[in-house]
Amino acid sequence: MDQNPEPENPQSADHAAGRGHIEFKNVSKGYGEEWDWQDVVLDLSMDVEPGKLTAVVGPSGCGKSTLVNLVAGFEMPEKGAILLNGNRITGPSHDRIVVFQETALMPWQTTYENIIFGPKIRGDMDKQELHEEAIRLLDKVGLRDFRDKYPLQLSGGMQRRAELARAIVNDPEVLIMDEPFRGLDAMTRELMQEFFLRLFEEHRRTNLFVTSEIEEAIMLADKLIILSNRPTRVRQIIDIELPRPRDFHMLATEEAYRYKSTALEILHEEAMKTFKTERNTQSDFVEAFSRRNQN
Amino acid sequence: MAETETVAADHQRNPTGFQVFVVRLRRNLRTTTPYFAVLGIVLWLVVWWLLCEVLKAPRFEKMPGPVMVLKELLSPEPFLGISIFTEEFYQHVYVSCRRIFFAFCIATGLGVPLGLLMGWSKRFREYTFPILETLRPIPILAWVPLAILMFRGFEGPVIFLATLASLYVTTLNTLLGVDSIDESYFRAAGCLGSKPHHVFLHVVIPGALPFIFTGLQISVGVAWFSLVAAEMVSGDYGLGYLIIDAYMNNVTIPMVIGMVTLGFVGWGTSVIVRVVGSRMMQWRTRALALENR
Ligand SMILES: Nc1ncnc2c1ncn2[C@@H]1O[C@H](COP(=O)(O)OP(=O)(O)OP(=O)(O)O)[C@@H](O)[C@H]1O
Ligand SMILES: [Mg+2]
Repeated sequence: MDQNPEPENPQSADHAAGRGHIEFKNVSKGYGEEWDWQDVVLDLSMDVEPGKLTAVVGPSGCGKSTLVNLVAGFEMPEKGAILLNGNRITGPSHDRIVVFQETALMPWQTTYENIIFGPKIRGDMDKQELHEEAIRLLDKVGLRDFRDKYPLQLSGGMQRRAELARAIVNDPEVLIMDEPFRGLDAMTRELMQEFFLRLFEEHRRTNLFVTSEIEEAIMLADKLIILSNRPTRVRQIIDIELPRPRDFHMLATEEAYRYKSTALEILHEEAMKTFKTERNTQSDFVEAFSRRNQN
Repeated sequence: MAETETVAADHQRNPTGFQVFVVRLRRNLRTTTPYFAVLGIVLWLVVWWLLCEVLKAPRFEKMPGPVMVLKELLSPEPFLGISIFTEEFYQHVYVSCRRIFFAFCIATGLGVPLGLLMGWSKRFREYTFPILETLRPIPILAWVPLAILMFRGFEGPVIFLATLASLYVTTLNTLLGVDSIDESYFRAAGCLGSKPHHVFLHVVIPGALPFIFTGLQISVGVAWFSLVAAEMVSGDYGLGYLIIDAYMNNVTIPMVIGMVTLGFVGWGTSVIVRVVGSRMMQWRTRALALENR
C-alpha cells in the first residue's frame, strides 16, 4: 500500500472517493447477560485500506454482520476502537453507508424518493443538482423507467441496484456491503457482481465487502480477510493480485484457483472448529458450505 | 421518435387510484368470488326464511322471517312505522352515523398520535402503557353510569362511550405498528443522516400505517358496537335506540330492520376505512395488485 492520505475532516462535503481508511484496533464485542455472555468478536484488528475493496469472509454466524454494525456505528464495541481516517467512530453517519443484507429500501418511497432521501433530509445538496445526480444514477443502474415504482414492485436485482444508487448518491467515504447479493438467483447474482465490479473500478471507493461466497470475494477483492470461528479474529489475510479491470473469466485462471483453494482450506478448518465446539448443530452447514464452494 | 418516447413515458406513469380500482373490479368480476358472495347471502336468507316462515322451528317462531321484514322495509306505508320510505328511518341512521363519525374522528385523532409516541419513545411508553392496560379491560358498559354523570343530554355520553372503545383499539394497534417496523429501516435512515424528527416522519409514521389501518377497521366496528349498547341505555334516536324501543313495545319487525340496517351501515363504514387506507398506502396497494390479490 502506498502512503496513507492525510486524515481529513470527514465532514467536508466534496470528499474525493477512495480516501476513507478504516482501522479496527483490538475490537471486542459480545452479547448476552452476565450468565450467558458470548464473545462474538474478540480482540480483532484489521485495516480497510483506502481505495481498496476489502472482502471479509467467514463461517456463517461468525460475526460478519456484527462487524458491519460496528463500522456503521449502530453498535459500539466493548473494548478497542474503530477509526475512520484516524477519528473514532461514535455513531452512524453518511460518510459510511451500509448496503444491507436484506433490502432496506423504504417500501413507502418510490425508487426516486429513496435515492434522494439522504441528501434531501440533510439539505446539503442543491435541489436541481440532486435531481440531476439522481437521474444520472438511475440511468447508471438501469432503473430510469422504474423511478416512480415502489420497491415491492421491483425484482430482487433491481432492488439491489436501487440500494446501491441510494448509497452512492451520498458520496460516502466508505461503502459497507453486508452480503449484498445473498438471496439473488445465480444468474442475477453474476450480473450484479459484474455490475458492481465496474462501479467499483470506476471510482475506487473504499469498500468493505462482507460475503460468504469465496468466488465472489476473489473476483471482487484487492484484499481478502478470512475470519476465524467465534470468538472472531482475523485468521488470514490474502492479497488478491488479479489484474484489473476484472471479469468472470479470471476465476478460471490458475492464480484464482490457487487463491480459492488456500482460502477454502482455511475456512474449512475454521468451520470444523465450530463444528467441534458446537457439536452437531453445525454439521449440516459445514457440509453444505464446502460443497457449495468446491464445485 | 419523440412520439414513441411520450407513449413509453405514459405507459410508465403510475395509474391513478380510480384506474386501479376499475381494473381490479373487472378482474374480480371475472373470478368466482363475487358470485359466491351473492350466493352466500341468498343461501343465508333462504335458511332464515325456512326456519322462521316455513318450518316455524322452535325458538324461531317469535322471530320475523325475511319476507315479512322485507315487505315492511320496502312498504311505502309501513305497518309498524319504519321503512325506507319513512323519514324516521333515515333519522335513526343519520343520528347513529353522526355519532360514529365524531367518535371515530376523536378516537383516531387521539389514538394514532398516542400510539405513535408510545411506540417511538420508550420513556413515554413506560409512563402510559400501564394506564392503557388497566383501563382497557373495563367493559364499556361499566362506564355508562359515569358517562351519564359526566355529560349532559344524549349525545355526550353516547359519543364518549363509542370513542373510548375505539381509542384503545387504535392506540394499541398503532403501537404494535411501530413495533413491527423492521430495525433495518431505522438503521438505513440513521446511516443516511436522519435526525429524530426525520425518522419519525419518514420511518415511524409510514411504517406503522398498515397496522394503523387494520386497527382503524377494527376500531370502527368496535365503535358501532359500543354505540349501540350506549344508545340502548341512553338515547332518543339511533339504530340502537330503534332496536331497544321496538323490543320495549313488543314489536319484532322494526327490531330486525334495525339490526339488518346496522349490519349494512357498519359494513359500509369499514369499506370506507379500507379504501382510504389503500389510497394512503399506494406502495402496498400496488404491490398487492401485482400479486393478483
Ligand atoms: N443483537 C444481538 N443480540 C444477541 N446476540 C447477537 C446479536 N447480534 C448478533 N448476535 C450473535 O452474534 C453472532 C454473530 O452474528 P452475526 O449476525 O454477526 O453473524 P454473521 O456472520 O453475519 O452471520 P450470517 O452469515 O448469518 O449473516 C451470532 O451467534 C448471533 O447469535
Ligand atoms: Mg450477516
